[in-house]
Amino acid sequence: MSYVKPKFRHPELPKNKLGYTVDYYEGALSTLCAGCGHDSISSAIIQGCYEMNIEPHRLAKLSGIGCSSKTPAYFLSNSHGFNSVHGRMPSVATGANMANRDLIYFGVSGDGDTASIGMGQFVHVIRRNLNMTYIVMNNGCYGLTKGQDSATADEGSKNKTGQVNLFESIDLASLAIELGATFVAQSFSGDKTQLVPLIKAAMKHPGFAFINVISPCVTFNNNLGSTKSYDYVREHVEATATMDFVPQMQEISVSYDKGSQKQVKMHDGSLITLNKLAEEWDPLNRQSAMNAVLNAKSKGEILTGLLYVNPDSKDLHHLIQTSDKPLNSLVKSELCPGADALKEINAGLR
Amino acid sequence: MKPTDIKDPEYFHKVVDCQYACPAHTPVPHYIRLIAEGKYPEAYMVNWDSNVFPGILGRTCDRPCEPACRRVRVEEEPVAICRLKRVAADNKGDVKRLMPQGPFKANGKKVALVGAGPASLTVARDLAPLGYELHLFDELKAGGGFMRSQIPSFRLPETVLDEEVNFILDLGIKTHFNHYVASMKELLTKDYDAVFVGTGAPRGRDLPDLPGRQEGKENIHLGINWLGSVAFEHTKKIGKNVIVLGGGNTAMDCCRTSRRLGGENVKVVVRSPFAEMKASPWEKEDAQHEDIPIIDNHVPKSFVVENGKLKGMTFEKVKAEYDAAGKRKLVPVGGPDVFFEADDVLIAVGQENSFPWIERDCGIEFDKWEMPVVDEKTFCSTNTKVFFGGDAAWGPKNVITAVAHGHQAAISVDIFCNKKDLVKDRLSPFVNLVSQKMGIHEWGYDSEVVIDQRYAVPQADKKVTLTNRKKEVELGFDLPTGFKEAERCLNCDIQTVFTETKCIECDACVDICPTACITFTENAEAETDLRAMLKQPATNKTQDLYVSDVLPTKRVMVKDENVCLHCGLCAERCPTAAWDMQKFFYNVTKAHTHACSK
Repeated sequence: MSYVKPKFRHPELPKNKLGYTVDYYEGALSTLCAGCGHDSISSAIIQGCYEMNIEPHRLAKLSGIGCSSKTPAYFLSNSHGFNSVHGRMPSVATGANMANRDLIYFGVSGDGDTASIGMGQFVHVIRRNLNMTYIVMNNGCYGLTKGQDSATADEGSKNKTGQVNLFESIDLASLAIELGATFVAQSFSGDKTQLVPLIKAAMKHPGFAFINVISPCVTFNNNLGSTKSYDYVREHVEATATMDFVPQMQEISVSYDKGSQKQVKMHDGSLITLNKLAEEWDPLNRQSAMNAVLNAKSKGEILTGLLYVNPDSKDLHHLIQTSDKPLNSLVKSELCPGADALKEINAGLR
Repeated sequence: MKPTDIKDPEYFHKVVDCQYACPAHTPVPHYIRLIAEGKYPEAYMVNWDSNVFPGILGRTCDRPCEPACRRVRVEEEPVAICRLKRVAADNKGDVKRLMPQGPFKANGKKVALVGAGPASLTVARDLAPLGYELHLFDELKAGGGFMRSQIPSFRLPETVLDEEVNFILDLGIKTHFNHYVASMKELLTKDYDAVFVGTGAPRGRDLPDLPGRQEGKENIHLGINWLGSVAFEHTKKIGKNVIVLGGGNTAMDCCRTSRRLGGENVKVVVRSPFAEMKASPWEKEDAQHEDIPIIDNHVPKSFVVENGKLKGMTFEKVKAEYDAAGKRKLVPVGGPDVFFEADDVLIAVGQENSFPWIERDCGIEFDKWEMPVVDEKTFCSTNTKVFFGGDAAWGPKNVITAVAHGHQAAISVDIFCNKKDLVKDRLSPFVNLVSQKMGIHEWGYDSEVVIDQRYAVPQADKKVTLTNRKKEVELGFDLPTGFKEAERCLNCDIQTVFTETKCIECDACVDICPTACITFTENAEAETDLRAMLKQPATNKTQDLYVSDVLPTKRVMVKDENVCLHCGLCAERCPTAAWDMQKFFYNVTKAHTHACSK
């Protein structure tokens, strides 16, 4: 029995601006099934955080219950973490974010945790535009309880036992656009070139950033007839654009040879460069994004990439006008300014 | 790039860095695992088959395997391969029962072996079980050649040497010791079917033109002759002040032996800079540990002799300068010459071949350097009946190279005596590749990678060793330490084998690989381009890329072999067993295996 990850790393690993090599962002050795798409997503998160020079203590990872929600153990060991109740991760994230707005909040959920038991929490956290990244590792089945169809399993998709799913699936990306999410993306665990920049951009987005990642379950949903298998997804994936994320106005020198290019400037000056592949689609227009997703769906394609972004997003703190200073760091003199301050307020109300 | 042909045994052979670097290609990781399992006789026999002198080599080998060890690239210090071999030898127990048991049925062929060093002894061992009548000649009174006359007993105890030489002699070799073969011509007139020459490089290089050489000759000795004279107990003491000239391993043996024969103020003086000395780093360390200073960048100028008595030597100080091609030149730094006092001087500045006993008209061609013309593959001279090996073939190397030569020469002798073709009828190495999968998280080898650093071999107290020439300095690993050192081995012979038809491109192997060896990428025409395209660019060009055929996404799998830990995690995390850990066994074909397959 020797299932231990060696301590040695490649001796020439480059360091990021903070002087860390990528392994500083790793977590424990995964106990998910061999070949699980979730592990690839974990790896993309590690890569994204390394490239974004994130100080691990400045990030909190949150999750609910399920295979997906186990993954925070497998990345960012040096960050804060909260493994919450099934489907209730958005509440915990909201509470944490309200108390300390200075951290980066990174939520990980699954199709069961989001589209079934956590649906109520999910739709409301979108409405509130909580400043967080919310990744759904979507495999269309309940892997932890041996592969029953989940609410995101497509109608007509066949599971491992040969049963065909009779019910319409919940499309999380279009639901998020519909409910007014300010950053909506869709990707595939087997495509890190696309996933890593999406994660980086999502972490920079001031508001609710949602990424629905199709992540095949090798054990229960990678069979012929499944619409969430590696082979099916690879054959039906259609990207909106190839994408590049450039944080805070570094010089960019990307040359695209074909297609039209679109740059989206984010609040802090970061740039998302999209090399558009899909026709008649404007990532800044909700209507157009919605149409693109529906069109692809009607053609049996899975549209991936950044679907919709609102660069003018105003997050929950902005909407309810909380103090700029994190609530958890307010001291007594700030919270109870004293009788004189009260008098002044009262005087203003006369 | 084209897909890698893993059916070519040399591809995976190269991945086993230690075995590939070893002239005899001893299956190192294989025997290190046997040591870890406590199977010392088995570990010894793997060595004995391959390098013939495990106990001797476990103490004295030049160890080309160690600088090649993957561990050097991953951390810093290689696995102590050489000293692990000694662990197998020290704990082997009765292994004679595992060796070929004579008497062997005679095949009617007679072979003469000239010189009883490692090359000839290897030929003898390989041919004896085939029924050859083998006649071994040496001018000394016992077998072993330079292993006996030049390697001091404090590095190689006589008992160890005797045991391993006798394993061979006991196979029924007819020995002719104290017998100097003075004429090749005469030897060829006798009824030998073939002759093997393993006479080494017996002549120590001198400094005949240095002023004072003649006058001081009473106290100026050639290193290798002096060592031999000490070994056979003709020389028992040396002066208090000793200078050893030279920077090779012989110089190290000379100075350390001097310390044991009464030399109190012994120093090594060498022309080149310390770092460029030919001696192995560990031998330099051992000399320094015995309070012997090594004075570098000093070129000998003269022997100072007063009233017919050697007083010392003068040296000119130099520094090394390098031209654009990296060629070294020693340039005087100026200033007065340096004088060192000496009662005796030992010259150990190299050794060379010498064949005064081979007449130049007996069909053996010699080149302009007076070296025999020998075929590099068959070890055959221009006289088809005469074969060369060891230092006698291409000049001074080391024991393990002589053994490697011996195996090949033995094959040639056997082929020649059977009237077959020396090149066409040579057999390929024996290779085998077997999956190590035993179950979930279970492999047929200990795949865990330990981070222990190299363990030091304990040494006997200096007070004891410096007063007794025969007291072995190194004590060898005890068994618990030997086990821990064996666990440092990365099992490079357990190969990562990739089957592209099974791969679903889930990236699990890429994500788990601790040393970023694996990349799925578009292919490139040129290797240099592909090397740069990898997840972690492959900068070590001495290490190959393992490239798969095209996958369904039109990409290829590329694995940089450079720092693969052989931990098996890629195979562990592969859902379809497209990756598998397979044990690669590569064994050089010897004359007796050669014969079995006929």
